[in-house]
Amino acid sequence: MDFDLMQRVWIFFAQASLTTIKISGLAILLGLCLGFVAALSSLSRLAVVRWPARAYVSVFRGTPALIQLFLLYFGGLQLGMEMTPITAGIIGLGINIGAYMTESIRGAIVAVDKGQTEAGRCLGLSRAQTMRRVILPQAARLMVRPLGVNSVALIKGSAIVSTISVTELTYTAHRFISSTYKPFEMFILAAIFYLIIVTVFMRLVDWIDTRVALKE
Amino acid sequence: MSLDFTVIPRMTDLLLWGVMWTVILSVLSMLLSLVLGALFAVARLAPFRLICWPVQAISWVFMGTPLLLQLYVVYFGLAELGLNLNAFTAGVIALSLHFAVYNADIIRAGIQSIDTGQYQAARSLGVSHLQAMRKVVVPQALANVTPALGNMMIALLKESALVSAIGVMELTLSAQRAISQTFRPFEFYLAAAALYYALNLVLQQALRLIERRAALTR
Repeated sequence: MDFDLMQRVWIFFAQASLTTIKISGLAILLGLCLGFVAALSSLSRLAVVRWPARAYVSVFRGTPALIQLFLLYFGGLQLGMEMTPITAGIIGLGINIGAYMTESIRGAIVAVDKGQTEAGRCLGLSRAQTMRRVILPQAARLMVRPLGVNSVALIKGSAIVSTISVTELTYTAHRFISSTYKPFEMFILAAIFYLIIVTVFMRLVDWIDTRVALKE
Repeated sequence: MSLDFTVIPRMTDLLLWGVMWTVILSVLSMLLSLVLGALFAVARLAPFRLICWPVQAISWVFMGTPLLLQLYVVYFGLAELGLNLNAFTAGVIALSLHFAVYNADIIRAGIQSIDTGQYQAARSLGVSHLQAMRKVVVPQALANVTPALGNMMIALLKESALVSAIGVMELTLSAQRAISQTFRPFEFYLAAAALYYALNLVLQQALRLIERRAALTR
């Protein structure tokens, strides 16, 4: 292990981890939006609304994220939809994690006791009102942890955007390997930054989870 | 450039070759990850900290870093330290270690979820510790964890696409080969996606059968 080298270059990895955080953060936001819309649609009474949401979940959970990313970036170029790697990365990762988040959100909504819906409806609230005022606030507590797990998977999964040359952590490791010929040290350095990001993020999720649970 | 799906049949052999290697690679990694996962789970449950802690550290590292990075470390990193593995072996090792850690967590939780009364009852009937675990606790735990382990296997099949990055000739890389000959990324990545989806459906059916078998043994 060449610790001297690691000390000299770690600052570049710290900068690259900001890119990883930025891409992951934006993809998580996109995933949350898609997840909410798709989860509510998949619980709709109308088959026309329900069906596309279910198809979205099935297709994007049933194929590798890497292939989806390549299809978006390289396939998009072929069809004249030119995107910067970073945009393609955020959109590709976001659409992919959105399918997983749909299931987390849907699971939390379904887990709320059915009596709550019935009570809301009995008191004269409309279906939409019952969902918004009664079910969703209770479901929100239940979805913190599953969505946190999805997000951690996304942060780690964001390494795949290095294959379309976005200069995040993994790509930075590659760049330094081609100039230093020290793959082991560089990958370990990248791994340390991923571990820090993931551990801190998981602590944050734990904290939010205990906060919302306290209101019970 | 307009779409032309007639290029796909010309590359059937290449794509099927890729499917075959994806299946071989995934099935090998699945089996290894289950065996390793069971070993890790037992180690985590061991009453000795000397065994327990290293396994805990391993699982923290493997769960906190990207699989892609782990693949690179096993393939490029270990080569620097003098351990030259071919790409296929490196792929199998990284995939099975990565998923073994998750499997271990699932199996451990499954064993701990079995009421201690079951174990105590077996012991009080004169059954030894090992036999009580093997004949009473583990079969019940297995039935409980089969669905969760099945989900990991589905994830493994999809994540196996990442080994294309270290040059293992599986489905993703064979699609890339086809693209470099035809310059049609959209068609071939779509074809690869469809093939992965089909493999996934087959795996899901197989898992359903296994789950039913596991449930019946209770």
